[in-house]
Amino acid sequence: MISKLLSSLKTWIDQRGLNGFIILAILLAVVFPLAMDSFRLNLVGKYLTYGFVAIGLVMAWGYGGVLSLGQGVFFGLGGYAMAMFLKLEASDPISTKIQSTPGIPDFMDWNQITALPIWWEPFRHLPFALLAVLVVPTLLAFIISFAMFKRRVGGVYFAIITQAVALILTVLIIGQQGYTGGVNGITDLKTMLGWDTRTNSAKYILYFVTVALLLASIYGCQWIQKSKLGTLLLAMRDKEDRVRFSGYDVAMFKVFAFCLAAFLSAIGGALFTLQVGFMSASFVGIVPSIEMVIFAAVGGRMSLVGAVYGTLLVNFGKTYFSESFPDLWLFLMAALFIGVVMAFPDGLAGLWESHIKGWLARGRAALRKPKNPDAPPSQIVQPDADVMTMQEIGSPPLARSASGSPRVPSGAGMQVSGIQGQSA
Amino acid sequence: MSVSEMLNIGMMQGFAGLSLFAVLLLMGLGLAIIFGQMGVINMAHGEFMTIGAYTIYLFSTITENHFPKLVQSYFIFAIIAAFFIAFAVGWFIEWSLIRHLYKRPLDTLLATWGISLGMQQIFRSFIGPKEVSPTLPDWLMGSWSPHEGLDIPINGMFVMALTLVVTGGVLLALYKSRWGLRVRATVANRTMANAIGINTKKTDRLTFAIGCGIAGIAGAAFTTIGSTGPTSGSLYIVDAFLVVTFGGAASLLGTMASAFGIAQMQSISEFFMTGSMARVITLLTIVLILMMRPQGLFASKIRR
Amino acid sequence: MSHDDSNDPISINRRRIMQGLAALPVLGLPGLSFGANLPTAQVNTTKLAVTDTEVTVGQLHSATGTMAISETGSIQAEQLAIDQINAMGGVLGRKIKVIKEDGASDWPTFAEKSKKLLINDKVAAVFGCWTSASRKAVLPIFEKENGMLYYPTFYEGLEQSKNVIYTGQEATQQILWGLDWAVKEKKSKTFFLVGSDYIWPRTSMKIARKHIEGHLPSGSKVVGEEYYPLGTTNFNSLINKIKVAKPDCIFIAVVGGSNVSFYKQLKAAGVTSAKQFLLTISVTEDEVLGIGGENMQGFYASMKYFQSLDNPNNKKFVEAFKAKYGPKSVIGDVTQAAYLGPWLWKAAVEKAGSFDVDKIAAASPGIEFKGAPEAYVKIHENHHLWSRTRIGQAQADGQFKVVAESPELIEPNPFPKGYQ
Repeated sequence: MISKLLSSLKTWIDQRGLNGFIILAILLAVVFPLAMDSFRLNLVGKYLTYGFVAIGLVMAWGYGGVLSLGQGVFFGLGGYAMAMFLKLEASDPISTKIQSTPGIPDFMDWNQITALPIWWEPFRHLPFALLAVLVVPTLLAFIISFAMFKRRVGGVYFAIITQAVALILTVLIIGQQGYTGGVNGITDLKTMLGWDTRTNSAKYILYFVTVALLLASIYGCQWIQKSKLGTLLLAMRDKEDRVRFSGYDVAMFKVFAFCLAAFLSAIGGALFTLQVGFMSASFVGIVPSIEMVIFAAVGGRMSLVGAVYGTLLVNFGKTYFSESFPDLWLFLMAALFIGVVMAFPDGLAGLWESHIKGWLARGRAALRKPKNPDAPPSQIVQPDADVMTMQEIGSPPLARSASGSPRVPSGAGMQVSGIQGQSA
Repeated sequence: MSVSEMLNIGMMQGFAGLSLFAVLLLMGLGLAIIFGQMGVINMAHGEFMTIGAYTIYLFSTITENHFPKLVQSYFIFAIIAAFFIAFAVGWFIEWSLIRHLYKRPLDTLLATWGISLGMQQIFRSFIGPKEVSPTLPDWLMGSWSPHEGLDIPINGMFVMALTLVVTGGVLLALYKSRWGLRVRATVANRTMANAIGINTKKTDRLTFAIGCGIAGIAGAAFTTIGSTGPTSGSLYIVDAFLVVTFGGAASLLGTMASAFGIAQMQSISEFFMTGSMARVITLLTIVLILMMRPQGLFASKIRR
Repeated sequence: MSHDDSNDPISINRRRIMQGLAALPVLGLPGLSFGANLPTAQVNTTKLAVTDTEVTVGQLHSATGTMAISETGSIQAEQLAIDQINAMGGVLGRKIKVIKEDGASDWPTFAEKSKKLLINDKVAAVFGCWTSASRKAVLPIFEKENGMLYYPTFYEGLEQSKNVIYTGQEATQQILWGLDWAVKEKKSKTFFLVGSDYIWPRTSMKIARKHIEGHLPSGSKVVGEEYYPLGTTNFNSLINKIKVAKPDCIFIAVVGGSNVSFYKQLKAAGVTSAKQFLLTISVTEDEVLGIGGENMQGFYASMKYFQSLDNPNNKKFVEAFKAKYGPKSVIGDVTQAAYLGPWLWKAAVEKAGSFDVDKIAAASPGIEFKGAPEAYVKIHENHHLWSRTRIGQAQADGQFKVVAESPELIEPNPFPKGYQ
């Protein structure tokens, strides 16, 4: 009875391609909390907030063919909205009594601002702040992308313009330090609705909140991928014109993918602020934005689950190597960028799909039929990666598309949208 | 303020705009070739400029220690050397990396970003994390003062002259030489160019290396007005991309026009408002114009 | 930022009587390993990484990234001080072991690494941070985990923490006396203020403006105030604005790569020291390396320390620094302040007779360091240092010639009344 239930559960999971998802869920929700002390776990929590950006990029870049080099803008906006709420709560008149104007954030006082600016006022309320976290970045993404995609601006140009947007916002935030905290950012955040976010128990709770939201986001994105919308996104990425000629409004799909990525990044940003206790302009810039792209690329730009692994791997590597060999770290990072592009364009997920899975399957087959001499010799004798991939892709049609799909040339698709787009 | 003083300030401000124009054009030119003609998003452009700057430092150190008599003249040779060193590095990088990526332009971005990280760390580990200051010839560093109250920076004039020479050279090469013909043919239609017997691989490599070489010249020239350190190049990279994109990537004329427009916008707004606001307004204008006219000021009519 | 430690002098006196002997041999007795016999359980009641033979401290600077240019000197100076202390027998008989962490010029990384140092490694003290932003990022962590940070950079003030000792000058110490000097010696009446656009220059310029408008002889005024984004490389328009305003004194707080561009372009625009008086608070010997002595020649800087300072302590320090890091290395204001960190910590530990952070924090006010290269410093109750301010004139060889020195130690005043 139980075994039947289990096996039906297994079929249900297999049918939906949820294997990787469940393994990730177990890893994040069970293994890490058991295996790590609260300091390391808090680090993982911080990395996972970047994971939101990475899965957003999978959707926008891997699926939609829209590469953004300004995801830091949305991560930062989400983080700032959250930080504004927390800062106002931390700046009650009693704890800021040594300021010349008690009751306003400390950096405003340092900049001779004597009253809370009007647009800060609504951030006293948590619901408004949460709404701002979700709406402001998404709206900005819409404004940027709508104008451009309607005019059929292609990938490369879009990427460079998002970079310029990141630069503008950085200069603005740093320049308007009386209202934004400038380079230092908004620091020294303490409580949320009276709940001290700096204690160990709070860190645990925030970690699980992050994991839950991340898993929910992945699930949501997988759902989109499997829907008609996901198929259209893929189709559009590979042959934009054909989709357009079939009567679809290609621009709106791209806008959607970009807004989705911004939305997810903003959630990540808000969670980052909660866990780390500050937000600063250094996230909005170009460098962190490009680093976030590499998280997705390392994990596999086509795989949501892979993107999370990529984020964790790169950040663990960064922490570990920069602790032990700070000089080596940047070389390693450089090698990672180049290596991923040159050797594994589909990242970890691609590697898994084309090599490891093959080994596992062969191993399993060998175990299952140890005495069967009829096993197809080609599988054992010829460890040809490409052959294996084709077989893997061949078997389950859509379910695997998450990670296994396109050896195609994710870039080639982009080139199409990039260069044709602008000359069309 | 007297009329003559206002005239002086006006002239100097006009010169400031022109010299910024020369700076932007020089930093954009190499990129215009690599990004505009080849479609490679070279994020390591700034580091090629740093190579140029360090070449000047190398030459100035050698000259000071071994040939003190040549201090006044080494600079010209060092600039030529900067071109060839950056050219050689560019050649190597095209051969080892870029040539595998022509079909994936966005991936060139990631790979060259990796190259730029690596190069920065190489500078840091082997030359040192601190900024250095090459000894520049005295004739380069002063001001030319035709009359009281009017000072024209000599380094500004030097950069302008160099920009003129390099731009002229690039235009000549692109439109009057065999190489230029091949490049234009390859840009226009790679397959066709291949079919009629143009060695597109060789053309690509040469083009990329020349673009890098020009970045080296730019970096070398900028030692007269800017810093020389492991991350100096990263100060220029975004501006360089904006100049090229704003101009319309495939058009050299566009690059010139956009460098001129951005330079005037920036230097005039800087004169009338604070530096930070001027920067924001300049960038915002560029982005808005690009959103309205995504193909840039001068779109190329070539279908790719 | 509380004033709770206003009672401290009393308790310190009491402790001083009780441990009078412990406080005496703090300085100048090399080789004497005082306190070696104190059991670890007694000197370490808060589970820090202290054993019978070793005490672990952290060092947290940017070895990579854009700030590595500036922070390298601090890393070197702190290491030198620690080596020297170890050669003298360590602190309370325990050798200092250093865990180096790289903040990578990235503020969240600073926060992450400081957590690691305090929570995982349980270091007894941390020497580190350079930019205000990195300090602001780690400050809540030091306060919550009760760590001890020795922060070397001159900075904007407006901060005071039990958990930080500020070994550089705060803004009023660096600026006010310098401006007074400019008025007295250079007869400056009009000032043009230029800074990079972030908190330190903005706060410094605010203090400068208040001082010029409120405290200097009447007729003194600010004729221009300009901020440029970090990383700006073109200053020609600014220089023209300065030419229009014709100030007696250009007062500068431009940092990073922009610094080099600014001085090179200033010289190229004919604004040389022969024609124009310029006072900066952001150029030390380290920066001159990048700017080039010939481009800076004749301009003035207001700092608490210059490498050329003529006193026996400094001679020894410069000699030791060059012996360790090569004859071409230079020492700037912050490098010297970083060198003070380990010594002040050692003195505090020995005075408190304990590695406990609370006891060190309480023992720190009043600690004197007569071996400082800048001659003599004393820790104020607000955890900043009493120090002298000096004016140096840049020379072609990249060194500064000290032309003036405040007659007395200047009191640190991170929350200056009337300047906020």
